Amino acid sequence: MILVWLIVILLVAGVLAGLAGRVSTLWPRVISLVAVGIDFVISLVLWSQNSSYVKLFPQSDWFKQVDWAWVPQYGIHFHLAMDGLSLLMVVLTFLLGIMSVLVSWKEIQEGVGFFHFNLMLILAGIVGVFLAVDLFLFYFMWELMLVPMFFLIAIWGHERRIYAAIKFFIFTQLSGLLMLIAILTLYFIHHSTTGIYSFEYHDLLNTVLTPHTAMLLMLGFFVAFAVKLPMFPFHPWLPDAHTEAPTAGSVILAGLLLKTGAYGMIRFVVPLFPGAAHEFAPVAMTLGVIGIIYGAVLAFGQTDLKRLVAYTSVSHLGFALVGIFAWNEIALEGVLIVMIAHGISTGALFMLVGGLQERTHTREMDRLRGLWATVPVMSGVMMFFAMASIGLPGLGDFVGEFLVLLGTYRVSLGVTIAAVIGILISTLYSLKVIQRAFHGPNTHEWSLPDLGKRELLMMIPMMLILLWIGLYPQPLFRTFKPALQKLQQYAAPKPVVTMVPDARQLSYDRNGVPGMNRSEP
Amino acid sequence: MNGTDLIAILPLLVLTVGAVVVMVAVCIRRNHLAAVWLTLLGLAAAFASLWPAASVAPRQVTPLLVIDGYALFYMGLIIAATFVTVILSYGYLEKQAGYREELYILILTAALGSSVLVASNHFVSFFLGLEVLSVALYAMSAYLCDRKHSLEAGIKYLVLAAVSAAFLLFGMALIYAQLGTLEFGQIAAMLISGVAYEKSLIYPGLALLITGIGFKLGVVPFHMWTPDVYEGAPAPVTAFVATVSKGGMVALLLRFFYETGAYHLHKVFLVFSIIAIASMIAGNLLALLQDNVKRILAYSSIAHLGYVLVAFLAGGNRAAEAVTFYLVAYFVTTLGAFGVVSVLSTGERDADSIEDYEGLFWRRPVLAGIFTLMLLSLAGIPLTAGFVGKFFLVAVGTSASLWGLIFVLIVTSVIGLFYYLRILVALYKSPSETGKAAPAALPLLSRSGSYALGVLTVLLVWIGVYPAPFLDAIQRAVLTLRLF
Repeated sequence: MILVWLIVILLVAGVLAGLAGRVSTLWPRVISLVAVGIDFVISLVLWSQNSSYVKLFPQSDWFKQVDWAWVPQYGIHFHLAMDGLSLLMVVLTFLLGIMSVLVSWKEIQEGVGFFHFNLMLILAGIVGVFLAVDLFLFYFMWELMLVPMFFLIAIWGHERRIYAAIKFFIFTQLSGLLMLIAILTLYFIHHSTTGIYSFEYHDLLNTVLTPHTAMLLMLGFFVAFAVKLPMFPFHPWLPDAHTEAPTAGSVILAGLLLKTGAYGMIRFVVPLFPGAAHEFAPVAMTLGVIGIIYGAVLAFGQTDLKRLVAYTSVSHLGFALVGIFAWNEIALEGVLIVMIAHGISTGALFMLVGGLQERTHTREMDRLRGLWATVPVMSGVMMFFAMASIGLPGLGDFVGEFLVLLGTYRVSLGVTIAAVIGILISTLYSLKVIQRAFHGPNTHEWSLPDLGKRELLMMIPMMLILLWIGLYPQPLFRTFKPALQKLQQYAAPKPVVTMVPDARQLSYDRNGVPGMNRSEP
Repeated sequence: MNGTDLIAILPLLVLTVGAVVVMVAVCIRRNHLAAVWLTLLGLAAAFASLWPAASVAPRQVTPLLVIDGYALFYMGLIIAATFVTVILSYGYLEKQAGYREELYILILTAALGSSVLVASNHFVSFFLGLEVLSVALYAMSAYLCDRKHSLEAGIKYLVLAAVSAAFLLFGMALIYAQLGTLEFGQIAAMLISGVAYEKSLIYPGLALLITGIGFKLGVVPFHMWTPDVYEGAPAPVTAFVATVSKGGMVALLLRFFYETGAYHLHKVFLVFSIIAIASMIAGNLLALLQDNVKRILAYSSIAHLGYVLVAFLAGGNRAAEAVTFYLVAYFVTTLGAFGVVSVLSTGERDADSIEDYEGLFWRRPVLAGIFTLMLLSLAGIPLTAGFVGKFFLVAVGTSASLWGLIFVLIVTSVIGLFYYLRILVALYKSPSETGKAAPAALPLLSRSGSYALGVLTVLLVWIGVYPAPFLDAIQRAVLTLRLF
């Protein structure tokens, strides 16, 4: 029941904020802040109750769940459930939710009520995506996020907002519909083999598929998530959407929406179609690596700060893709840390760039220059997050990327090496930001206010969290370990599969073609 | 015909009496409000009489009409949609000069025609229902006869509908000449026995029949009248054309082709596939080129009928269920969308240019919100009825492995997003851009129209969030179809 409340609180707050917007500009902000705050506290309580490893694992997959019949004629259930994986994602959602309310405090002055209505609706959709284990409900929530995000970009965005918003919408909608076909096909195949109509995750996990069908269905899901992630070559919506969105929109896009893509791959793509995913892994990992390098190179080439940060997301999420398809415990742990750390560090970068834009009304690096003298604190904070984004040891991103590389090394040396090159380029662009925008003489004679109390209130916790993840990530590991093990179990009936050197051969056995793929000596 | 038969067709009788009563009342004394109340009363009585009729259903009344759960469900839908149309018309006509009361007689007559259509399982009743509906619609489309567009719409509809009716009649005649029967049931029997296939006139007959039906549905290539009639007819009438007229025809389409099993015929299947694909593609692409909201909605309706045909082709109970559900969602959405157009229209012109909607959100947030929901529902976005409807369409299409059709549906519905988003973007354009400051005093919206829109919005979200009860009712209704 508590899971339903997490969503209901947001929805109610959204409606209230929308109504309150008619009388004042302060109330919508307060209502939204309180609502997300309450949800954040609830999620922390849930975490503290379930952080211990032993308590949950053997009995069931979920700490908490709600399961109501929704459209019984079609076997559709309103089924929300939470395990360690979704718990951490939900905590991240509320954390960044609070940040996006705070960051809009000054930036959004027009249509405040409707803005917060949309914001709450997006957050509700995202929480729903992380919690839904009925595939219909999942698709419902998946689509639900889109419209308010569209409005957020199209109404409160920057110069080319309409173009960016429509591009975002079309990309995600088309890929979502492909996933819908895959979901439905899976559903009907499951019905034809078992006679039961069900969209339930656990039922569908055991669907028997021919390798060919499995591959097609897997691609249907994969495309939807790859667009969100975003994977090269499905990324073109991202730079536009991130750049044109208001700061809160960028924070949510980068911090949360992209993560729903990675989450979907971990939760659905690999466990539902282990054989096909395994076969597809080399392609996915290659595309991931291309994304890492391509994103980094393009980021280096940007002069618009916000666009630069946007491209870094393509690069960082490439690591997530590589790690997911390496599909061993170490790589997956790395992916989760990347997801969380990237959400925080990139979110913070967008907030800082937004802050700069508020002060200087430009995002062009050439027009900035030499800001360190006038805004020392802000520059320092920027430096901190830029370093985090490079992967400086001691900060969160490092742990994630390191583990991904470690896990990937066991699967493919080439991919690992190429990914490391990507990290190298990330150093270049991060240093370029610092050098071009903050160092050097203050030739444009900027004289700006430094970070205010509200901004520090946002930045300090995020810095502390990154440090914490960087230095002591153990609690995170402990929380999602059971969930990951369970997922790996679904994906690999033979538990040793991913750990032994000739994993590839063993897993072909699952497709019923033992020994076919390799000529014996 | 005995008493039980009369009870069975009570809804039709009540509608007929209603039309006569309103006509007599108008003769005695012209009063707009009184005419509206009488009409609404008649519709409410007709709706209430569905229950006595249901108690004796299923029943074949004369060889012409079959009153079963399916027919009654569609009658209920038609009567409810007519009810909303009447309410919208009241607010709309209040702003117009000239005689207003006759429209309600026409509306009741058209509703009667559509109701006969959904209950017919005989070519004669099919044609009777169709003509009663069409003749009323000619006059309704041209109702504001001092407007050029309205007249044009009426005449265009008159000419084309008459031609298509001729096609239809010829098709019926060919089938009759070959099989010697006008009853769906007997046609089905002959198709089953295989007698029919050897006869050479069956296919031409079916082709002509499909032409007539296709015209009424406004699917490609019989769609030419749709945009002009949608644009020219008064907004509430357009809503009526889009829902009651097309809905009745879809109901008949399902009954005829499912009960006779004719859709199993390979050639028929092929023809409908082509029509569906052409409608989805042409409807969505042509809508992109329009600047007139009513024309955009017209082309979008062409596309939506294409979607419906996809599910229709899947065949079986589930398909009939999905089509019916989609129609319910489509009725609510279309009435809502044209409802917004009608309440914003003035005495001089309908609010049909995109410019009329620019920045509407900042002037009338609630109305803009309602319009937003309606557009999102047409686009098939969650929380709205359109989403669930489209989901079921895709579901039955997938279950029947109609991959090509489903693929076209998906791609074209994404293209369709462009024009829905275009209207949405206009709705939310900030006042600083449009240059239209909020006027100090907004013209008052008609209260009746606002209530109707409110109810439609609630329904839209209800169906979108908790469709189970609706689906249940539809399932029970559709089960009474005697599938081939």
